Amino acid sequence: MADTRPGAMSRIIRWIDYRLPFVAALNHELNEYPTPRNLTYWWNFGSLSGIVLVVMIVTGIFLAMQYTPSSEAAFDSVERIMRDVNYGWLVRYAHSSGASMFFAIVYIHLFRGLYYGSYKEPRQFLWILGVVILILMIATAFMGYVLPWGQMSYWAATVITNLFSAIPLIGQSIVTFLWGGFTVGDPTLHRFYALHYLLPFIIIAVVGLHLIALHRFGSNNPLGIDAKGPQDTIPFHPYYTIKDLFGLAVFLLIYAFFVFYAPNSLLSPDNYIPANPMQTPNHIVPEWYLLPYYAILRAVPNKLLGVIMAFGSLFILFFVPWLDRSPVRSARFRPVYKWVFWLLVIDVVALGWVGANPPEGIVVTVGQIATFYYFLHMLILLPLVGKLERPRLLPSGIGTAVLGGGARLGAAGSPMAKP
Amino acid sequence: MLKRAFAAVALSAFVLAPPLVRAADETPPLPHQEWSFDGIFGTYDRASSQRGFQVYKEVCSVCHAVKHLYFRDLADLGYSEEEVKAIAAGYQVTDPQPNDQGQMYQRPGRPSDPIPPPFPNDQAARAANNGALPPDLSMIVKAREGGPNYVYAILTGYKDPPPGFNMLSGMNYNEYFPGHQIAMPPPLSENAVTFGDGVPATVPQMAHDVVTFLAWASEPNLDDRHRTGLKVMLFLVVAAGVFYAAKRKIWAPIH
Amino acid sequence: MADVAQHAGETRRDFLILTASAIGGVGVAATIWPFIATLNPARDTLALSTTEVDLAPIQVGQRLTVAWQGKPVFIAHRTPEEIKAAQDVDISQLREPQADSDRVQKPEWLVIVGVCTHLGCIPLGQKAGDDRGQYGGWFCPCHGSVYDTSGRIRQGPAPLNLWLPGQVERASQALYKFTSDTVVAIG
Repeated sequence: MADTRPGAMSRIIRWIDYRLPFVAALNHELNEYPTPRNLTYWWNFGSLSGIVLVVMIVTGIFLAMQYTPSSEAAFDSVERIMRDVNYGWLVRYAHSSGASMFFAIVYIHLFRGLYYGSYKEPRQFLWILGVVILILMIATAFMGYVLPWGQMSYWAATVITNLFSAIPLIGQSIVTFLWGGFTVGDPTLHRFYALHYLLPFIIIAVVGLHLIALHRFGSNNPLGIDAKGPQDTIPFHPYYTIKDLFGLAVFLLIYAFFVFYAPNSLLSPDNYIPANPMQTPNHIVPEWYLLPYYAILRAVPNKLLGVIMAFGSLFILFFVPWLDRSPVRSARFRPVYKWVFWLLVIDVVALGWVGANPPEGIVVTVGQIATFYYFLHMLILLPLVGKLERPRLLPSGIGTAVLGGGARLGAAGSPMAKP
Repeated sequence: MLKRAFAAVALSAFVLAPPLVRAADETPPLPHQEWSFDGIFGTYDRASSQRGFQVYKEVCSVCHAVKHLYFRDLADLGYSEEEVKAIAAGYQVTDPQPNDQGQMYQRPGRPSDPIPPPFPNDQAARAANNGALPPDLSMIVKAREGGPNYVYAILTGYKDPPPGFNMLSGMNYNEYFPGHQIAMPPPLSENAVTFGDGVPATVPQMAHDVVTFLAWASEPNLDDRHRTGLKVMLFLVVAAGVFYAAKRKIWAPIH
Repeated sequence: MADVAQHAGETRRDFLILTASAIGGVGVAATIWPFIATLNPARDTLALSTTEVDLAPIQVGQRLTVAWQGKPVFIAHRTPEEIKAAQDVDISQLREPQADSDRVQKPEWLVIVGVCTHLGCIPLGQKAGDDRGQYGGWFCPCHGSVYDTSGRIRQGPAPLNLWLPGQVERASQALYKFTSDTVVAIG
C-alpha cells in the first residue's frame, strides 16, 4: 500500500495555496491544460519566444551592470565588456544574436498564425495582443541598437526619429522633443537606455495577457477545427513539455552557432566605428528584422506617405482577423489561400532584400512592386479569397481525423471554452 | 508544408546577405587570404601576431593609435610577464593624474597602461597628416566590410594609377580602396622591419602578420570563443538527442 | 510476458526522463556560471596599479595618506620612540600576534592600509591633533578600535592588525618597494 501522507513540501505548498490560490491554478494551466493532440512543431515557437524573451532580459541586465549610457563612454564601455569583463563577450554576443533569434522566432510564430487562421474567432484578441508585443519588440530593438553608440547606432537613430518630421505642422517639434536637443545626442541616449530597460517588462505583462487569452479557448491546431472533448486533447505535461524541450535544444544549437561562430554575421561593420555626427556612413541599413518596413518606407516617393505606409504595414496586422473573410481557419483546407500565403512570404522576403540594398536600379522597381503587392494582399486578397474560394471538406473532428474518419463542412462545434 | 517553408527560407538567404550586394564602388572583389583564425577551429597564430605587433610598433604606430589595447593584453600573444613589463617600460606614457604641482607629466609605461597614441587628439592627428585622420586600428578588422581580407588588400593594393585617372594632389592610388584614392601613402616596403625570428620581411609577409595582429586586436576573445563553442555545441547535440529519445518514448502510446 | 515488456518500457522511459533531467540541470548550471563570473572584478580592475610616493618631504614623526587602488594607505615616518614602543611588545599578548619586524621593510617607515579591520572605517591619527589612542598609533572613531605604532590591534572590536598592502589580495609579500632611499612604489 503506497504511503499517501503528503510530504512536508506539499504541506507547505497547500498552506500557501490556501492563502494565495495560485498553485492549483498553475498546475491546471501548465500540467493538465488540455491541448489538441495534433499540434506540429510549428506550435513550438510560442513557448520558444517566451524563453528567448527571458534570455534577452537576463543578458540585458548583466550587460546593464557594466554599460555606461553617455555619448563619451558608451562605445568604450561596450568594448570593455568585450575585452575586460569575464565572459563579457559571451553575454554581449548572446544579447545581440538573441535579438535576431527573437525576431526570427516571432516572425515564424506570426506566419504560423496567418497560415492556420489562429487569429480567427474567438482568438481575435489573442492575435491583437500578439501584434502589440511585436510593436513593443520593434521599439525595444530599435532603441537597444542605439546604445553601443556606433556609426550605425547614431545614424539609424537620426533617420528613424527624423521620420516624425513628416507629420505636418508639428513634425519638427516632435522630433526635437524626442531628441531632447537639436540632434541625436546624450539626452537621446539616456532616455533610450531607460526605455530600453523598461519596455521588456511591459512586454512580459502583455505576454501574460497573451497567455491568459490563449488559455481562454485553448490552442488552435493544424486542422483549424475546434477540439470538442477529451478524445481530441492531451495534457500539456508531459507531452508538450518534452516536445518543447526538444525544440528548445534544437533552437539552442542554432543560437549557439551564431553566438560562438558567427556573432557579427548579422551586424553591420559600421557599428564598430564610434559614432561621428559629422560623417554619415555610405549605406545606412537597419537590422535585418526591420528591413521590410524600411523597404516600404523608401519605396514611396512622398515622405509623409512613406512613413504612413511603413507604419501602416505593421498596424494593418491588427485588422487581419476582420480582413480575412473565410469561415475556414486552416490553410490546409483552403487551396487558393495556400498559394496566396506563400506569395506573401516571398513578398516579405523580397522586401527584406530591397531594404538591404541601396535604392538603385532594379531594387527600386522590385521595392515598389513588393510594397504594392503587400497591401494588395492585406486589403484585397484576404477578403476576396476568403469570400470566393471553395474550401475543401473539413474532417469531423481532430480525433477522427487522426484515425482517418469522415468529413464535414464548416468549422462548427463548441469550442473548448472555460465556463 | 515543410518543403514550401524551406523554399521560402532559401529565398530569404537574400535577406541575410546584404554585405554581398553592394553598390558598385568599382573595386575588384577582394582576394581571399588564408588566415589562421578562419573557420570554426580557427585560432590566432601567435608567432604571426607577435611579428604583426612589431610591424604595428615600428611602422603603423607613427600615425595610428590602438586605444583599446593595454600593454597587459599582449600577454595573450605569448609574451611573458617580464617581456610585457619591458615593452611597456620602453614607452613614455602621460600619467592620467597631474603631479602635485598640477602639471601632466610623462613616465615609463606599465602593463596596466593603454598603449599610448601617437597624437594627443584628433585635431593634432589631422594637423600632422594634411587634414586626414588616421583611424584608430583597435577595431579596424571588424569595422570594415571584408574584414581581414580588406585590410590586407589595402596594404598590398598600392599601384600606379591607370592612364587618364584624375589623381587629387596628396592622394595615393589604391586598387581596393573605395574611390581608389587613399590619403595614406604605402606604409609597407621590403624589409621595413627586421623580424626577430628570421622570417623575411616581404610586403605580403608583413601585411599578413600585421593583419593577424590587428584581427586579434579587434577580437581578442576568438580563441576562447571557439573553444567554448565547441563544448557547447557538442553538449547541445547530445542534449537534443536525449530529449528527442525521451519525446518519442513519452509520445509512443499516443501515436 | 506483456507485463515484463511493459515494465522494461517503463524503466527505459524513466531512464530517459532521468537522463534528460540531468542533462538539463547540467546545462542550466553551466549557463548560469558565466553570468555570475561577469560580476567578478574585470581584467582592468585586476591589473594592479602602482602609486609612487616621494618620501623626502615626510619629516620624522610625520604621517602621509596616499590613495592606492581606491583605498587609503598610511605612510608613517616613525620616531625612534615609536619604533621602540612597537618592538618592545610581548607578541603573545596581541590579539593577532605579529612582530613589528614582520610588518616593515625599513623600521622608520610604516606602510599600512588605513582601513579598520572591524567594519572598514578609516582610523584617525594621520593629521596633527587627531586622537591616536593610548598607544600612540591610530584610533578608529566608529567603534573604538585602538591600534599601536605598528598598526596592530590592541583594544576594541577589530579582530586583526591593520593590513599591509597586498595582504588582503594574498600577495606573497607586501606589495611595496623602495625604489630608492626616498621613493616607495606601492603595488
